[in-house]
Formats: sequence, C-alpha cells, structure tokens
Amino acid sequence: MSENRRRDPRREWIARNRLHPEHASVLAALGEIGGGAAASEWLGPNGVIRRNPRAIGFIGPNGVKRIDRSGAQQGGQAAGGTRQAAQDSRRQVTIEAPAFLVAVVPDLSGGRLSGHDKDLLGLARRLADADPERPGAVLAVVFGEHKEDSFGEAGIDRLLHLADDAYAGFAPEARLAALAAVERELAPRHWLLPDSPLGGADLGRRLALRLGERPATGVWQLEPDVGSPLGWRCTARGAAESLDIQRPLPRVALALAECAEPVDETRHAAVPLSLAEAIPSALSRIEDLGQVAVDPAGVALAEAEFIVSGGNGVKDWDGFHYAARVLGATEGASRVAVDDGFMARHRQVGATGTWVTARVYLAVGISGAIQHLQGIQSCDKVVAINLDPGCDMIKRADLAVIGDSAAILAALVAKVEQQRGGQRDAA
Amino acid sequence: MRPEQQGVEVAVLVSVGRHPITGRARRADQDARGLELALGLGHQLPGSRVSLLHAGVLDEASEASLRGYLGMGLETLTLLEQTEGADAIPALAEHLAAAPPQLVITGARAERGEGSGLLPYALAERLGWPLVSGLAAVETVENGVATLLQALPRGQRRRLKVRLPAILTVDAAAPAPRQSAFGPARRAELEVTPVAAEPDRELAQWRLAPARKRPKRLKIVKAASARDRFKAAAAKAEGGSGQVLEGVSAEQGAEAIYKLLKEEGVLPR
Ligand SMILES: Cc1cc2nc3c(=O)[nH]c(=O)nc-3n(C[C@H](O)[C@H](O)[C@H](O)COP(=O)(O)OP(=O)(O)OC[C@H]3O[C@@H](n4cnc5c(N)ncnc54)[C@H](O)[C@@H]3O)c2cc1C
Repeated sequence: MSENRRRDPRREWIARNRLHPEHASVLAALGEIGGGAAASEWLGPNGVIRRNPRAIGFIGPNGVKRIDRSGAQQGGQAAGGTRQAAQDSRRQVTIEAPAFLVAVVPDLSGGRLSGHDKDLLGLARRLADADPERPGAVLAVVFGEHKEDSFGEAGIDRLLHLADDAYAGFAPEARLAALAAVERELAPRHWLLPDSPLGGADLGRRLALRLGERPATGVWQLEPDVGSPLGWRCTARGAAESLDIQRPLPRVALALAECAEPVDETRHAAVPLSLAEAIPSALSRIEDLGQVAVDPAGVALAEAEFIVSGGNGVKDWDGFHYAARVLGATEGASRVAVDDGFMARHRQVGATGTWVTARVYLAVGISGAIQHLQGIQSCDKVVAINLDPGCDMIKRADLAVIGDSAAILAALVAKVEQQRGGQRDAA
Repeated sequence: MRPEQQGVEVAVLVSVGRHPITGRARRADQDARGLELALGLGHQLPGSRVSLLHAGVLDEASEASLRGYLGMGLETLTLLEQTEGADAIPALAEHLAAAPPQLVITGARAERGEGSGLLPYALAERLGWPLVSGLAAVETVENGVATLLQALPRGQRRRLKVRLPAILTVDAAAPAPRQSAFGPARRAELEVTPVAAEPDRELAQWRLAPARKRPKRLKIVKAASARDRFKAAAAKAEGGSGQVLEGVSAEQGAEAIYKLLKEEGVLPR
C-alpha cells in the first residue's frame, strides 16, 4: 500500500451508521485492515480523531468485557499474536566481513547450550562488538550431535559444527586436534571456553598449552584497557576462590558462569562454516569405554539428572518405587508425601527441601505449590502426571498428561520394559 | 586380585594448602585425596611404590603442612627446594623425566598462588603424556594400560582406558583422605634437593587482591509497559508453552512421556 492513507467517506459513513444494511460487512473489511478487531479509533471527516468506546476491549473468559489500558490488548486469540511480536523484537544482525574472530567452544551439555554457554557467548559479543566501526564475529565450534536450534539467538555469527564420531564422549585429543586446525586456518583473536569441570576447563587448558599461551582461568570480569596487548583487562579467581587476579586478557580465557549477560536483544546469523583442510586424526592414547551404570538411588538429589518425584496423588507407592527403578531415576517427593511417611525426609524437593537441578523432572501427582515449584526452578524439562488439568504443575510442565498416576506409570514401565526386551532379542 | 597385575610406580605431586577460613597452611585437600587414591592403589596392586614430590620453598609452615601428607603413611618426601615465587613446572618436569614413574597423580587446582590448575596440563604437554582429569578411581593396571573411572557431573561415572605413563588429576570426587598421624609425620624424612629456579615474572606483574564478593545477577525485565513489568514481577508459573494431553488413554500418555525421556537421553540403555 502507498504511504498516503486513502479515505473512503462513503465507507466511513456506513461504518458509523449501525442501521445501514452493509454496516456489518464494511466493519469487517475495515477491521481486516485495522488488524483483527473492529476499529475503535479513526480519523473523522474533519480531520478529528473519532473514537468508538464500544469497540475497545475484549470479551474475557467469563463472558465479561475487559479493557486493557496498557495498549497491549490481550485475551482471546490476540495473546498468541503478542507473544509472536515479543519474539520478533530482536534485532537481526549480520556481520559480513568481520575484522576478527572470537572463537567460543561451548560445552553443549545434553546437546543444548547451557546457561554457562550463553553467558560466555554474551562475553564473546562484548569482545566482538566493542568497536562498532570494526565489528568482530563470534565463531562457535560445536562438537558432536546437538539438539540446539537457537544458536543465532545466543549471539553466534559463524557456526563450525564438527559432527564426527571421533569427538563423541571423552575425546580431548581429537577435539584438541580439531581446535588446532581451526587456529591454523581461521586464527581467531580470542579463544573463550567455559571453566566448567570436564567440559571447557579440561579442553581449554589443553588448548592454551598447545597454542603456547598462558590462559586466564576463572575469569569473571572484563574491562577495556588500552595498556594491554589485546585491549582488555580481566579479573580472575585464583587460589581456591580466595584471590582476585587482575591481569591483561590473554588470547585464551576460561570464564566462570555469569561472567556476562547473555544476548537478548539481537539475533545473529549463525552461518554454517567448514574448514578447508581436513583435520589430521590425532593419535589417541585415551579410550572412552562409555558411561558406567551408577545406582540412581545413591546419587544426591541436588545433582541427580533425572528425578521421578511423587506427591499426594501417588496411591500405589510400590508401583512408584518400581517405576523409578525401571526408569533409572532418582526418587524425589513433595512435602505431603514426606509428611505422610511415604518417603524419607532427605527426598523432599522444594523450598524447605532440596533445590534440584535435574535435566528432566517427572512430577507424579504433585499439585505444584509455590514452595515446591521453587525447588524445581532450574530444571530443564518438567513432565507432569496429574488428574487436575488446572493445577499449577501443569502450567509449569513442558509435557503434561492428565490421568491417573498409577495407570500411566504402569503403562510407562510396560513400554520401557517392552522396548528393552525387544532390544535384547534383536541383539 | 588377578596374578598378571604387578605393582606400579606412582608419583603424587603435593602442594601446600590453605585453610579456607583461617588461611593457615595445611595439607591441600585435593592433593591429599590424590595420595589416598595412590595408597589405595598400592594396596590393590602389591609391589607398587608411592612417592611424594613437592617443589617449593622450605620453611616452618610449609614443612608442617608437607608432613601432613607423610603422616598418611609414607616414609619420605622428595622436596625440590626453590625460592619464593619460582615456577615449579620446569623443576617438576625435569625431575619426572629423569626417573619416569608410570602414574603421576595431582590435585586439580592448588589452594595458593594462581591456582589455575594448569600444572598437570603443562607437565603433560612437556612430557608428552596423556592426561585424564576428574579421576574417581583406578580400577586395574595391566600391561601398561590403566582402566580408570572418571567422575562426571551429577554423580555419574565414565570408564576410560589410558596408556601409561599418564598424568591423572583428582578433585572432590576422589576418596576422602585418611587422617594424618602426628608421630609418623614427625619421624618421616624430607629429602631436600635444591634446584635452579626461574622466577615467574608474569605472575609478579599481576595485581592480586583478596577475592571480592561477586555481584548477584539481577533479574532484568525488559518490558515496554508497566503492565508487562508487573506481570513479570508477579509471575508464578508461565504457562502456555507446555503440551497438555487430556482425555488420552494411559498408554498414549505413557508413549508421549517415553518419547520425551528418550529424546532427552535419560533412560538407561
Ligand atoms: C513454609 C512451607 C514450606 C513448604 N515447603 C515445601 C517444600 O519444600 N516442598 C514441598 O513439596 N512442599 C512444601 N510445602 C507444602 C506445599 O505448600 C504443598 O502443600 C505441597 O507441596 C503439596 O504437595 P502435593 O502436591 O504432593 O499434594 P496436593 O497439593 O494434595 O496435590 C496432589 C495432586 O495430585 C493429584 N492427584 C490426586 N490423585 C491423583 C491420581 N490418582 N493420579 C494423578 N494425580 C492425582 C491432584 O490432582 C493434585 O494435583 C511447604 C509449605 C509451607 C507452608
């Protein structure tokens, strides 16, 4: 449509005249242009704004008219639209010809960018965007299979995905060889890794020594400093967290969680990249024989990865314990289950129990009281089994199944056992 | 115990620790765990020899804390004496290269100085040995190959095989150290060898200060209107994103849960 608003006085007149036979259709047409609802405001024939107060607001869930004066009208279908708009408010940034590269090697634990990874990418963006005239690009080197689809939102401009089997599991030598190849070919100005046990902490130290750099470890703060070789000064934790070391930022830095704010205003291109030369295969003196089955009951609740938690809605406790064993999950409980004596006190999840960090939390017959929800704040995926579709746990859950807990758990156990039996037959 | 297992030569690198509250010198926790692991290995494989190695200054405080390791049941400790502020890596690398043991066990991080945890990596790079971090247990040593258990986050374990000689680092997942007995610690011997020391010039230029408290991250709400800000502040549980299965049979529900668990990879294989 052109810039000038074309007015149609006849249609405006019909729109104002409720008794006109074409009134409804004209309103609908105007509404389509105006975006969904009947127009509540329009420019009158004399250039004066006219308002229709009856067109304001929406009909709430109980059939009562509601008026939202914040400007962001919600309710009904409009809610979906605003959420869409909120997501799209990120500014798209594309860096065509970067002046330099900031390489980041995220942990990608469980196949997704962790909070630590996102903080680190925020730090990388600070380094890359410091000089708006000559912006750098953030290069992420990602090993193995992943389930992440928002690399761009996290602030990544270039993505190097090395999906070879050789990088699976604990393969520091193969990964190091790949990073050395990246160094030779792309020569990033900065290397950033998360200082997280067994992830970046291990790989980053190896990388730094391979590159002949003395890395900064435990970095938690970064300031511009013209006197330093790279133009930055960092503050790092040393001596078992008892010392702050201020030093010029070296090429390789291992940063702690919360070292910077994660990216939340821009969306980056995450252009896939590949290396021109083949990565030389490293001689491996370490062989990964895979994870060992540990008894999930012995794992501390606070650090368990997969928790099956039972509440007042669990009636068949033997079935619950059996399900936890078959699923290989650590057991948790709500306070009611503990108070009623079905579970031990140290199994209680929540404000007065344990704050858990599980990646998957299966809540069986738990209503989701705020004291309980507090305890599962940092869980990634919450699955709820409950009879009541309106309870708060369902609102928190990523997947909720409405039904009787005992029946669903039994079906789940049967399913897992059947799959396992099938695999054994096939093998 | 299988007959083909013979003893191994283990060197444990130990440092002077720092009590987290009083700041006094003590045996470092992770190093003591490393020694405990080595002693356990000596028990498991008869004929193994465990030696203790430290590079650094010899004074009253450091001697007292080094004797803390000796009190765990060893007779001698080799001390490569250096001046204050010297770089320990070249001295240790030279000593280990001269008489290479099969296993070198260190703590993951020192409790004093830079405490960057670089030392084992630097030694591995200099000696060209493989390194395994986060060790929880040594299962077997056979024909120059060690089978290890590595501690993963969340209480998980991973089994690794590594060709010897190798460097292993331990952290808090390794077995807790035994008590140090005072009498044997007093009677044990420190074998002191003075070595040439290169000062760590870079470290000397850095500014060191007692750790400041890190600022708590604020929950920043970026909202255009007061209503959004209020909603963000008062939000209890954000709904809408999750999938709700209502009116399905138990089998269908179980199927959906099974799919999610499978996707997340939390089911035991
Ligand atoms: C100071 C204070 C601290 C607290 N701290 C904690 C805490 O740390 N942790 C904690 O958990 N609680 C805590 N509470 C208690 C909390 O407020 C709740 O009372 C408690 O969490 C509720 O437990 P629940 O969800 O198991 O039980 P209920 O609220 O009774 O919920 C049971 C749920 O199971 C469902 N259900 C019933 N039958 C079935 C069935 N057959 N199949 C499937 N679903 C079924 C119901 O629909 C319901 O949603 C605290 C309370 C206070 C006052």
